[in-house]
Amino acid sequence: MIAELGHFCLILALGLAACLAIIPALGVRLGNESWMRLSASLPIGLFLFVGMSFACLASAFLTDDFSVAYVARNSNTLLPVYYKFSALWGAHEGSFLLWSLIMAGWTLAVSLFSGALTLDMRARVLSVMGVLSFGFILFLLATSDPFERSLPIYPSEGRDLNPLLQDFGLIVHPPMLYMGYVGLSVPFSFAIATLLSGRLDSAWARWSRPWTNVAWSFLTIGITLGSWWAYYELGWGGWWFWDAVENASFMPWLIGTALIHSLAATEKRGVFKSWTVLLAIFAFSFSMLGAFLVRSGVLTSVHAFAVDPERGLFILAFLTIVVGSSLTLYAVKAAGIKSVAGFDFSSREMFLLANNVLLVVATATVLLGTLSPLAYEALTDGRKISVGPPYFNAVFVPIALLLFAWMALSPATTWRRTPWARLWKRQVPILIGSAIVATALVWLLASFEFVAIFVVTICLWIVAGLLLDVARALGNKRDRIAAFFRMPLSMYGMWLAHLGIAVSVLGIVTTIYFSEEKDVRLEEGMVVEMAGYAFAFEGVTQGRGPNYLSDVGKVRVTRDGKDVVTLFPEKRRYMSGGSVMTEAAIDPSPFRDLYVALGESVDNGAWAVRVHYKPLVRWIWWGGILVAFGGFLTVADKRYRAIRVKRAMAVGAPA
Amino acid sequence: MNRRSLLIPLGVFGVLVLVLAVGFTLKDPHLLPSQMINKPFPAFTLKSLENPNRTLTEADIKGKVSLVNVWATWCANCVIENPELLRIRRETDLPIYGINYNDDPAEAIKWLAHYKSPYDFNIVDHDGRLGIDLGVYGAPETFLVDANGVIRLRHVGIVSREDFEDKFLPAIRSLTQEGAGS
Repeated sequence: MIAELGHFCLILALGLAACLAIIPALGVRLGNESWMRLSASLPIGLFLFVGMSFACLASAFLTDDFSVAYVARNSNTLLPVYYKFSALWGAHEGSFLLWSLIMAGWTLAVSLFSGALTLDMRARVLSVMGVLSFGFILFLLATSDPFERSLPIYPSEGRDLNPLLQDFGLIVHPPMLYMGYVGLSVPFSFAIATLLSGRLDSAWARWSRPWTNVAWSFLTIGITLGSWWAYYELGWGGWWFWDAVENASFMPWLIGTALIHSLAATEKRGVFKSWTVLLAIFAFSFSMLGAFLVRSGVLTSVHAFAVDPERGLFILAFLTIVVGSSLTLYAVKAAGIKSVAGFDFSSREMFLLANNVLLVVATATVLLGTLSPLAYEALTDGRKISVGPPYFNAVFVPIALLLFAWMALSPATTWRRTPWARLWKRQVPILIGSAIVATALVWLLASFEFVAIFVVTICLWIVAGLLLDVARALGNKRDRIAAFFRMPLSMYGMWLAHLGIAVSVLGIVTTIYFSEEKDVRLEEGMVVEMAGYAFAFEGVTQGRGPNYLSDVGKVRVTRDGKDVVTLFPEKRRYMSGGSVMTEAAIDPSPFRDLYVALGESVDNGAWAVRVHYKPLVRWIWWGGILVAFGGFLTVADKRYRAIRVKRAMAVGAPA
Repeated sequence: MNRRSLLIPLGVFGVLVLVLAVGFTLKDPHLLPSQMINKPFPAFTLKSLENPNRTLTEADIKGKVSLVNVWATWCANCVIENPELLRIRRETDLPIYGINYNDDPAEAIKWLAHYKSPYDFNIVDHDGRLGIDLGVYGAPETFLVDANGVIRLRHVGIVSREDFEDKFLPAIRSLTQEGAGS
């Protein structure tokens, strides 16, 4: 009964989404205020019913109801209870239900926190979100019903969750990522609503900014978690693979980054209006494109979901309708938009524009690399090519480096006009200082690597620039400590986010240039030396987990004769799927990771073992967390709170 | 900004949709490419399920065009597939060899007694090694193996009557003609 109830709730939610898509928008058209006001109540119902539907599926998982086909395919009685719950989003159907729930959640949030918007604007925004919800829920019901039963014969035991996904990373990575993907629908809806209303002033930029920052921060966390998960779970020791699905999450992030910066210029200076609208449309379009790539089976990837042509067709059609009509609307309406403020060639506006161009070009290279195998296959009658890291390293990395250098320079610029002479006078000494320190650091601690020195220089330049920025902001205040705490939070957010990028890039470049790895054949008692550490292999024993059997290796690590750690890399064989998984053993620390993965057993007691030494690898993810934290911080800024206070006053006033 | 340049994004998007649509229609996602096609069946030395004293090797599946079906008692879809395999066994002279994959042999014998066995014999792949060599995704999976022990076709998922008639039969016909010609 529970599954049927869930299905029924989803149908009701579809109806409510349809109402939300149509009634408030129609109210705007006809000037009917009570219809417009429905945009406040319909999201509550929508969220409630999608939420109940989600709860029903969760209960089917927790009670091992294998008559529900989706549960039988992705769960198992032996699975620990937290994986039973997270298995809900372990495959296509359930993860899309989560996606729809998050969509309903964002819709509800917009309806709750948009009291200061004019009624017609709110009605338009929520109607656009209603259209999106309707499309997503229809997709679920039509092609990917997670509540389908397999009666009368149903298995007494489930097929188990893919072992790769039986991990803490999977519990948190998809929800965070979807919060980001779907959250980008908010600036998208604001942009469409603005185009529809024809009132393209900077108010919409101010409204979009906090939403965009939150969504983008979630996306940042999602990508960071994904990278971390790939590092310790896939057992390859890498942290980014330029896999099609990773790219699918990276592209909206890049465009979202451009959008955040462009929104700032639009809000503060009233420039780049139509460009910002276009970015808002593109950011969400890339989210949907990502959904298409992952769920249609057009691209093969480690993450790709089970494929079904019907699903791909539906998403492609929905994508075409939503994005096609948005861009048509843009082509028709954006001609009327005029930027009022003027600015010099040398100004913060110009720097932001260049940053945007670089980000968009970077996105285009990623898109090209992701889709070219597909285009090639279409053009050559099915011959397959793969575009891997060599392409991205050659094309994306130089652009990224340029962007990175730009990032060091840009915060020092001022709106409207930045005299070159003053900019250079201040920046050149910092740059030279950074270069000297970077060369010394890299040379002394590792070896003379030109690219590494270059990148470290920019990292230091960014950090030094940020510190100077803070110092300058406080410099003319009398009580500096009080001033430090009174600075607008959005400034701290920006500084933290930029600092986070520098930390991440420092981790990346160090890991790339100074990691060591060895693949060795080890017999019991043999020792392998690396980066000053001695790894002694002490054999393999048999272990057993709740739903797997495993070979557990024992590796004792010492440095200068002193014990550092004993690592237990595992090779697990899951009982119900038969898949074999490598669980690498990692000794993490702030400055280096030691990483041991157990390979095949070779012959008479010898094993293939892979040993890595990875300096500063953690910094990659710490940086990501800093970036996201910075993004969240900007939203807590007083400016946005002031708006809420104003609303409270407006509510109180008429009485 | 002039009106025409505003159409550029729409145009770019149009091209993108075209690429996606073409790429999407060209590819049959059910056709999983396999590294094993036209390669000899991987070597193995494993016990027979029906007769634990008998050891089976890859030589045992040579000699005739045959189907090799990967199955297990934990596999719900194998129950659904079973009647079609029984029908193939009854109506053709094609041998069907089973690989009992990652399973408990005692349970497997009970399962076969309950649902009836379409298999000439079953290879006990208790720890899934042979499955890994074959590149198996899960159960059920079915391979068409020619008389020389070379894999000619791979089918992932349940073999339905349509699958058998549209996919397997033509391949089997061409194989038997090849055999008659040489």
